[in-house]
Amino acid sequence: MEKLKLVEAMQMKTDLPSFKPGDTINVHVRVIEGDKERIQQYQGIVMARRGAGMGATFTVRKVSDGVGVERIFPLHSPRIAKIDIVKPGRVRRAKLYYIRELASKSVRQKTSA
Amino acid sequence: MRYKGILGKKIGMTSVFDEKGRMIPCTVIEAGPCFVTQIKTKEHDGYEAVQLAFDEKRERSVNKPEKGHFDKAGLKAKKVVKEFKGFDLTQFKLGDEVKVDSLFSLGDVISVTGTSKGRGFQGVVKRHHFGGGFRTHGQSDRERAPGSIGSSSYPSRVFKGMLMAGRMGGEKITVKNLTVVKVIPESNLLLVQGSVAGHNNSYVEIYKEQA
Repeated sequence: MEKLKLVEAMQMKTDLPSFKPGDTINVHVRVIEGDKERIQQYQGIVMARRGAGMGATFTVRKVSDGVGVERIFPLHSPRIAKIDIVKPGRVRRAKLYYIRELASKSVRQKTSA
Repeated sequence: MRYKGILGKKIGMTSVFDEKGRMIPCTVIEAGPCFVTQIKTKEHDGYEAVQLAFDEKRERSVNKPEKGHFDKAGLKAKKVVKEFKGFDLTQFKLGDEVKVDSLFSLGDVISVTGTSKGRGFQGVVKRHHFGGGFRTHGQSDRERAPGSIGSSSYPSRVFKGMLMAGRMGGEKITVKNLTVVKVIPESNLLLVQGSVAGHNNSYVEIYKEQA
């Protein structure tokens, strides 16, 4: 078991900020187009975090041009360049799936400190 | 043909990211270090092979014939012993250590042989992927039944090889053409893309696939 952890530890990020569901975060994603690489920013509310070790992921939801977008990122993916916490939130659930049904105003109210 | 190989122990599964950022599922195998316990030669044994041993055995569970065999190579008794063909015999002498990185490197194509998890007595749906019967339309206790196993007075017997319920798993399974994702020589670990038969901590044989 320790040997499995050893392998995972070689790849895991240690400089991750501690963010939790309800926080608004800005994810800097590395996008590879042809042979060029650029950074794309994706900002939204953390809906859920799941898993442990290498398999851990988090879900970020944002509303883009009136369309709800949810992206699931592997927490330790090398394609994530940086994660900024824009605004900490205060929520009473670990998984915020209910915000899908809410209007943006009540989402703000539900996640504000 | 699979030839050169090494013994190892399945540690478990995890995933790693490749250079493009893709997640690769892989099995972690503790491969070796193996030790040469016997060298079979054409003159003496009629064939050529190297006998490798792996994993330390507790002293009190070693019997005298075993002890004698390992003493010849100047080694402590090991748990698993296996012969491998295809090695150049001149490179080895008794008691030599064979490590992972001497045999495998990144991107190599290998085969891994292990004993699959024992499933006990299983029905045909699980064991042979039968479809089972109808769930509805007034059926009772037909859902996982095998159906007919043949005709009546002719041939008056069930054909050999008819797929039926029975013991499943615990067989020797070789998974071919797996790719080596990573070799960690310091801790004797080998990361292989994909899954390997058997439960964690079970012994496996890792073979180099001949190109």
